[in-house]
Amino acid sequence: MAFGTYKEVVSARATDKAIQKVAQDGGIVSALLCYALEENIIEGAIVAGDTEDAWKPEPTIAMTPEEIIAAAGTKYTFSPNAIRLKEAVRQYGLEKIGTVGTPCQIMGLRKMQSYPFATRFVADKLALIIGIFCMENFPRDSLKTFVEGKMNSSLENVNKMDIGKGKFWITDPEKESGLALKETHGYEQAGCNICLDYVAELADVSAGSVGSPDGWSTVFTRTDNGADIFTAAVEAGVIETKPMDDVKPGLELLEKLANGKKDKGQKEIERRVNMGLPSPF
Amino acid sequence: MLDGLKNKLRKFLGLEAKPDAEDDEAKAKLKQEIKSEVEAQSKPAEEAKKAADAAAEEEAKKQAESSEQISKESSTQEVEKVADKPKIGYIHMSGCTGDGMSLTENYDILSTLLTDMVDIVYGTTLVDLWEMPEMDLALVEGSVCLQDEHSVKELMEVREKSGLVCAFGSCAMTGCFTRYARGGQLAQPKHESFVPISDLIKVDCAIPGCPASPEIIAKVVVALINGDMDYLQPMLDMAACNLACGCDLQTNVVSKALCTGCGTCVLACPTRALEMIEGRPSHNKNRCIKCGACTTHCPRTWFPAEQIKKDLGL
Ligand SMILES: Cc1cc2nc3c(=O)[nH]c(=O)nc-3n(C[C@H](O)[C@H](O)[C@H](O)COP(=O)(O)OP(=O)(O)OC[C@H]3O[C@@H](n4cnc5c(N)ncnc54)[C@H](O)[C@@H]3O)c2cc1C
Ligand code: SF4
Ligand code: SF4
Ligand code: SF4
Repeated sequence: MAFGTYKEVVSARATDKAIQKVAQDGGIVSALLCYALEENIIEGAIVAGDTEDAWKPEPTIAMTPEEIIAAAGTKYTFSPNAIRLKEAVRQYGLEKIGTVGTPCQIMGLRKMQSYPFATRFVADKLALIIGIFCMENFPRDSLKTFVEGKMNSSLENVNKMDIGKGKFWITDPEKESGLALKETHGYEQAGCNICLDYVAELADVSAGSVGSPDGWSTVFTRTDNGADIFTAAVEAGVIETKPMDDVKPGLELLEKLANGKKDKGQKEIERRVNMGLPSPF
Repeated sequence: MLDGLKNKLRKFLGLEAKPDAEDDEAKAKLKQEIKSEVEAQSKPAEEAKKAADAAAEEEAKKQAESSEQISKESSTQEVEKVADKPKIGYIHMSGCTGDGMSLTENYDILSTLLTDMVDIVYGTTLVDLWEMPEMDLALVEGSVCLQDEHSVKELMEVREKSGLVCAFGSCAMTGCFTRYARGGQLAQPKHESFVPISDLIKVDCAIPGCPASPEIIAKVVVALINGDMDYLQPMLDMAACNLACGCDLQTNVVSKALCTGCGTCVLACPTRALEMIEGRPSHNKNRCIKCGACTTHCPRTWFPAEQIKKDLGL
């Protein structure tokens, strides 16, 4: 199965203009976290906040909608949000926490919930885990190589990065430019090469850009909890939806990419195992 | 119930299984109760509290009923329940009692667990008994001092008297911070060599953690009672592990091209010996107590996909 188990898949976007302005795609992650915070479904959220260094995200415990929105947008490098979870529970005293992560980050959290060996009283505090689709992730120096070495710009100048339509795009104040994706190959982290999860199959709700038009997100609801929160947010008017069948390019493209990733990952696992290297999958 | 469990374990360990004894209804009901209590506990705190309050109310109501009737009822029930409750022992070697404490921190379910599900038949700080009895499961906390004749003998006795031996917490499993012991201290400067219990006896399963969390202890006991071998598999796999360190992340994950920078190892570390630098765990060996929590928790060392899906209803 390309998409894992899910209840519903729709195309959606946040109705809040402030979120639309800064979000990567439909702003689903930010809108859901803000809604959950305002409804006291969560008391705080761990997100990928910005730092003084350009494109160097830092896991941040956001306690207000403003702080959540400030962390919107995709950073194509590591923000290991899990590392602040204990602090959020113990120092901040949060009982209900929301977070966002790539599929592999969610795998770590879910394994911890099923087998909480060394994380006393943390596992049950995760009230909402939102997954983002992910084809691969890059060390920050890889981004530097693309932007500075190959695209003649600087990380400080770039307002937005995006991967889509076969290119790695940057928007800086003067122009928008794209780098063919094959120029980025070989710069992703090696751990991604055996990854079999494209659409965050273990999240409560997962969101990504592929499948939906610009400014919209493709959203899967998965767990009961995730479906309830998403439905409530739609009913409250925080999020608007369209049936997947009504949008282009739709699920077909998403399925192609997901299966492509799985096949490639599976092949790499076999190659490694044949060399005597380990694989967790 | 216990026969069923023993059989599953026998089968698992490659021994011949005895025919299954049948579960009777009362026991099945009990199992269900414990299971739902464990589930309730893993729901958000509010809900768990509501459930606990409701249970307390129920309890108060019951107590208000005639005491004669209660004593009659409970005495007949007891006889049924006691019949094959697993006998669990808690053995304290060179440990700090943290894992034993952790067991008792299952506040909401502890009393049910102790009265209805298992019999704690032996244990310093828990049971007033000097002679070690036969046990179905021995939870052994702490490593063993080779220069302490009594400790070594006690561990041998544990192996002899227990169906299953579980390394309970990281000291028993990996040696943990007793790996740094090197003698030279009063009042017994010769006490210098501390080893995980699997160095001396065959260990059947291990629960790492410094200490092991209350939740994992509850989950293990419930899985044991239910004979849920799928859940216990990772703990059985870890039984022979006798060495751990934060540098395992480098050796077994980063150097094996597996790390994704997810940060779970840092989350798991009890001593903040790890930080993430450029998306990779960086290990401060001066802080590391060799508990093994980081590597155990890393989703790229082993990944229980089926169990997770089951737990999430996916
Ligand atoms: C490395 C990476 C690769 C991706 N690859 C794809 C892909 O191939 N196809 C696809 O459809 N979508 C991909 N996405 C997801 C996509 O870029 C958007 O993140 C997603 O559509 C959510 O958009 P949104 O408008 O709903 O979220 P927003 O409202 O913009 O919020 C995004 C949230 O993600 C958090 N975040 C940003 N970067 C990271 C990070 N590195 N780690 C953890 N959290 C982070 C932010 O803090 C914020 O909370 C990728 C994302 C990442 C981080
Ligand atoms: S491709 Fe997989 S391993 Fe790599 S960052 Fe994305 S989810 Fe993680
Ligand atoms: S780094 Fe931390 S978690 Fe890992 S073994 Fe050392 S103390 Fe334990
Ligand atoms: S838990 Fe494993 S995969 Fe995740 S950052 Fe640590 S070593 Fe890397």
